[in-house]
Amino acid sequence: MLRQIEGSRAVAETVALCRPEVVCAYPISPQTHIIEAVGAMVKAGTLAPCEFINVESEFAAMSVSIGASAAGARAYTATASQGLLFMLEAVYNASGLGLPIVMTLANRAIGAPINIWNDHSDAMAARDSGWIQLFAETNQEAADLHVQAFRLAEELSVPVMVCMDGFILTHAVEGVDLMSQDQVDSFLPPYEPRQVLDPDDPVSIGAMVGPEAFEEVRYLAHLRQLDALALIPSIAASFAGLTGRDSGGLVHPYRTDDAEVIVVALGSVLGTIKDAVDTRRARGERIGVLGITTFRPFPREAVRDALAGVSRVVVVEKAFSLGGEGVVLTDVVMALAGRDVVLHNVIAGLGGRPITQAAIEALLERAGTGDLGRLTFLDLDESAVSRERSRIAAARRTGPSAENVLYDRATQGSRVAQEQS
Amino acid sequence: MTIKRPVRFYQVGSFAVGNRLLADDQRTVQSDPNRANSIDSGHRACQGCGEALGARYALDAAMRAAGGRVVTVNATGCLEVFSTPYPETSWRVPWLHSLFGNAPAVATGVAAALRVKGREDVRVVGQAGDGGTVDIGFGTLSGMFERNDDVLFICYDNEGYMNTGVQRSAATPPAARTATTDAVGPEPGNVFGQGKDLPRIAMAHDIAYVATATVADLHDLEHKVEHAMTLRGSRYIHILVPCPLGWGSASSDTIRVARLAKESGLFPVFEAENGRVTSVSPIRRRARVEEYLRLQRRYAHLFGAHPRPDIVARLQAIADENIARYGLVNDETEDVRALEDTQEMVH
Repeated sequence: MLRQIEGSRAVAETVALCRPEVVCAYPISPQTHIIEAVGAMVKAGTLAPCEFINVESEFAAMSVSIGASAAGARAYTATASQGLLFMLEAVYNASGLGLPIVMTLANRAIGAPINIWNDHSDAMAARDSGWIQLFAETNQEAADLHVQAFRLAEELSVPVMVCMDGFILTHAVEGVDLMSQDQVDSFLPPYEPRQVLDPDDPVSIGAMVGPEAFEEVRYLAHLRQLDALALIPSIAASFAGLTGRDSGGLVHPYRTDDAEVIVVALGSVLGTIKDAVDTRRARGERIGVLGITTFRPFPREAVRDALAGVSRVVVVEKAFSLGGEGVVLTDVVMALAGRDVVLHNVIAGLGGRPITQAAIEALLERAGTGDLGRLTFLDLDESAVSRERSRIAAARRTGPSAENVLYDRATQGSRVAQEQS
Repeated sequence: MTIKRPVRFYQVGSFAVGNRLLADDQRTVQSDPNRANSIDSGHRACQGCGEALGARYALDAAMRAAGGRVVTVNATGCLEVFSTPYPETSWRVPWLHSLFGNAPAVATGVAAALRVKGREDVRVVGQAGDGGTVDIGFGTLSGMFERNDDVLFICYDNEGYMNTGVQRSAATPPAARTATTDAVGPEPGNVFGQGKDLPRIAMAHDIAYVATATVADLHDLEHKVEHAMTLRGSRYIHILVPCPLGWGSASSDTIRVARLAKESGLFPVFEAENGRVTSVSPIRRRARVEEYLRLQRRYAHLFGAHPRPDIVARLQAIADENIARYGLVNDETEDVRALEDTQEMVH
């Protein structure tokens, strides 16, 4: 049923249709609306049977999920940013134990400086945790990915993180076609755990594993990730058969067939990039977009195939490895190994800075003229950076950089306001 | 108050009740040939390990009380390591180990799953050492207490991080030598801090049941576990388990050391329900703290060539404060200290 609905609400209602049995909640912006809505449904009895547990930290949220999943319950939680980092030890543990927990990550920057707005630093910090990471482009896809996530997780006994851009998606109201209970039930069978804590068949889970077997256990986890590469497209196809929507899968190419330049990105920014591409396509430029939906496991073959024949690739991403380059870029480089392709890396949208269509078009213009370098920080205020660099060079106790930059911007802003008045 | 039983035969010196003197229904769980053997023989604990002993008695008692329907969650630590060297396991109960600091939360999750599946006949027991309880697991434990999740959580307190090589925890007593509180300087060993008395902190959550016990009185320990299993909601049992390795005590002295901890007043043994103390185990033969300390090399710096009677006196004051706080001395208490003083005067 098509409804005009907030992204968080759409996800919460869809998660409820997946019949989670234990849901943990700890508030952190921008995912709070999701767990609030799920909590209200449990409280009202419309989502039952389900245990909704208000925990004291994200570390506890993931830990409770671990216990619930190991005892055979379908477990769900949601977090963001600092919350993901606070639970990270348990995040690794959940995948190490092979527990099919599903978690929404409402992508948000990581501090310091503290910042509640969207980027992908949080997801990238958990990149190697052994969780499958799916990125939603729209709220429709965010909702749909959760249904697919439970099926994927439970078939493989691997936890799945559904990443949706904080605020940009979680708080955006748009049309979402919500599934019916019958549809979800036909798609998602009841959870049959591979391992369960049961007095009738006692097992030890989480034993000490030394060098004699650790590598094999880790390799098996890697193979499950590779299995996911095969399973994700088939789940997406089966989902498309049910709903007619192409949510999920490994990658989403857009107007790439004859493209010379392809922009690669994850998440909601794909919409803006597609608009920019449409504009430039209308002018006859051979340009396309590749959306990466499954980031872990990384679909190297699918990316390589989708980028066949291009001369230039622009990877736009909302996170980067300090002292290195973009995180997504590294994977794209690996996918294109041996190909003669010019690669550009654009770091954009950090801490919620808007990525406008105009800025993307300007980038594409520069890429077309060969004016775009290997690494670009979109809309970077270089004067603010050089002012702070000068201060640091001139004196010792210059104070915290974040506050200095803010001060500069505030005083500059008032100067502009004075000049205008 | 210890267990009220019609028969109280005390063996000389130990005060332990012999099973053979009791009726069948009063005998210990361990005397039952059909006990669960929840943690089976063959594990890698050190000789004289108090934790292995305490866990064996506690879990078998829980198993008997729950009709064999028990799931356990274990924090990282000695108990986890010595019981499950892959691919072997000593556990004959369903057992889950996740992390060091999250056993209470994992236990909450297991309890929630069992509740949602209508399997509340299956009971959840969480276990951790003092590090996993008093330090790194403290937040999740307090959260579990506050929500009153249906879990019996047991802390095996050996007063330090023994698994990692005897470092200080918040449960390490003042003046004790550990690898991170060396016996050097003007204040050798651990600091005299404010302490972190987890049984009292647990009581402050007003949970259904809080009890302390030692491996010196295993019948009392079994009774407390069995009683805890008759209740629902959060319950907490804090068991003092001497560690021969970390305390520098003889493996054969584990029970003796545990008994002296109680009989000196350093480790008060009591029960509390809904935040109020309901019974205490009175001291039978009041011992000097010094008698307890001298059995352990972690306190050797208080005696040797440069004795520190001032520090011993401060430790004695802590014991005396416990005795006053819980009323551990009663009319039946035989004061060995007074006897010794008299003898000293005679000589």
